[in-house]
Amino acid sequence: MAEPLLELRNLRKAYGALVVTDDVSLSVRPGELHAIIGPNGAGKTTLIHQISGTLASNSGSVLFGGEDVTQLSMPQRVRRGLARSFQITSILPGFSALENVALAVQARSGSSFRLFGQASQEKALNEPAMECLAQVNLAARAHVPAGLLSHGEKRQLELAIGLATAPRLLLLDEPLAGTGHEESQRVVETLRRLKERLTIVLIEHDMDAVFSLADRVSVLVYGRVIATDTPARIRENPEVRAAYLGEEEMV
Amino acid sequence: MTEIAETPSAPMPSLSTRFEIVPIVLFAAFAAAPLLAAYSGAEGYVLSLLTRVMIFGIAAMALDLILGYGALVSFGHAAFLGLGGYAVGILASHGIEDALVQIPVALAASALFALVTGAISLRTKGVYFIMITLAFGQMLYFLATSLAAYGGDDGMTLSSRSLLAGTGVLKNDFTFYWVCLLCLLGAYAFSRSVVASRFGRVLRGTRENSIRMEAIGFQPFRFQLAAYVLSGMLAGLAGCLLANQAEFVSPAFMTWQRSGELIFMVVLGGLGSLHGAVIGAAAFLLLEEFLPEILHSLSFFLSEEARSHLAENWKMVFGPLLILIVLFVRGGIMGLLRRPHHG
Ligand SMILES: Nc1ncnc2c1ncn2[C@@H]1O[C@H](COP(=O)(O)OP(=O)(O)O)[C@@H](O)[C@H]1O
Ligand SMILES: [Mg+2]
Repeated sequence: MAEPLLELRNLRKAYGALVVTDDVSLSVRPGELHAIIGPNGAGKTTLIHQISGTLASNSGSVLFGGEDVTQLSMPQRVRRGLARSFQITSILPGFSALENVALAVQARSGSSFRLFGQASQEKALNEPAMECLAQVNLAARAHVPAGLLSHGEKRQLELAIGLATAPRLLLLDEPLAGTGHEESQRVVETLRRLKERLTIVLIEHDMDAVFSLADRVSVLVYGRVIATDTPARIRENPEVRAAYLGEEEMV
Repeated sequence: MTEIAETPSAPMPSLSTRFEIVPIVLFAAFAAAPLLAAYSGAEGYVLSLLTRVMIFGIAAMALDLILGYGALVSFGHAAFLGLGGYAVGILASHGIEDALVQIPVALAASALFALVTGAISLRTKGVYFIMITLAFGQMLYFLATSLAAYGGDDGMTLSSRSLLAGTGVLKNDFTFYWVCLLCLLGAYAFSRSVVASRFGRVLRGTRENSIRMEAIGFQPFRFQLAAYVLSGMLAGLAGCLLANQAEFVSPAFMTWQRSGELIFMVVLGGLGSLHGAVIGAAAFLLLEEFLPEILHSLSFFLSEEARSHLAENWKMVFGPLLILIVLFVRGGIMGLLRRPHHG
């Protein structure tokens, strides 16, 4: 089998006595869409923080593309192709949608210590940024200040920003959170297109979306991975049903 | 990060082009002033006051670069005025009187001080950053008071203004005025370029959401530190000019009150427009200069004794007045100038 693109080895994170990530080991294969599901408070966001470098782990290691990145900062991991989105929308509200994305392009194209020349006029940054916006159907809103976009559009913008970092793997923390039905359909379609060419780790509460998009699903309960399998087998898994699925209406 | 940091500022360059009339009028006024000063009958006084305004304008603008565009509330920026001033004073006392040597030395000293203190201060955020910059400022202040060889507490008088390439042209008040105006224009043009550049965009982005900036691959610390160094150097330049204007340097250049005044100038003028800081410096210094007289004439209905009391204690009015302006004129004076366009 191909070497995993992302591998977590015995990751652990505790807040005092509360163990939020409990000995998590997981591998994500190149090209797959790997969903992580679990009840609220299971530790999914914390896990994304640890993988992306937002938060340091207590122990264990994160391997990306075969390299141990455990000690690297978030910016360093991003530069190696590990991008993330946030559960709570995180954008630059005062910048236009285009500039939000162009900044991500700028981060990987040449020095940002240039003190002269108008950054907002640089074609070499704006054109790739426009392409990323087009991929999430936001091109028409490129010049709107990001703070004025609708909630759904902001979620799309986060995706575009992530894409603009030219990632090899995209960590998405509930990209559908808070979007209406129509908007969420649009994001799901976008994800379906992206998974053709990107490896994605998707955290999502919308089970329809998860089961229609995912190649494999891991179930996280109280900080432990209790199962990793194909969507169909996860549905059947008695342990998963007992711990999690049973309570939900999506059986 | 802090209250100040959250007030709207740092508009994108494209938005601010609409208000370009303001800096043009501002700099034209500075250019025209010497001509008018000749007719005022108090030429020396007017020139020296306006020269001070421009010098503090440069210092306030330097602060605006990190405060308005980077949300870094440095409460120790007067230290750079002191560094610039003492570079001139100390070098002059050793017979090195040429500005072409003094200014590079002052800039290097400011850059070094900014690099070291910034690298430490920028590890902290919010109130801690304010306190630690204040502490570094005080450290330099006490160092200056202990420099017995250079006047200690009392400071030292310069024997004359700096030479310029061996000539004494700066001794002429008009020439010195024009040199200060050139420095102001140069600093403004440079700062404008910086905030619109790739570098400035990262700084502005960090101001809005530093986690997001990290999540796209930037290390905010490096950019903030570089901005801090640039800002310190500009303020150091202002210090060189200030020493020459006063023909005197003393620890009073870098009291914490002076640092506070710089913050006030920036907030008064309006954060994040650069020329707003210059307007803020002008408003602050002119108010400080003329408030006693203004109070005296506004209180014509009071008894002569009360009027002179009021004029004497003008500071009792100055403080609250500044607070009222900051509270009720959101976005400072630039905010006022912008308002009609939005309405
Ligand atoms: N900074 C923190 N300090 C203490 N507890 C935290 C902190 N962040 C998260 N937690 C706890 O960790 C658990 C997992 O949180 P989270 O990772 O956000 O879960 P999920 O994303 O699966 O809903 C929760 O019980 C939460 O209360
Ligand atoms: Mg979560």
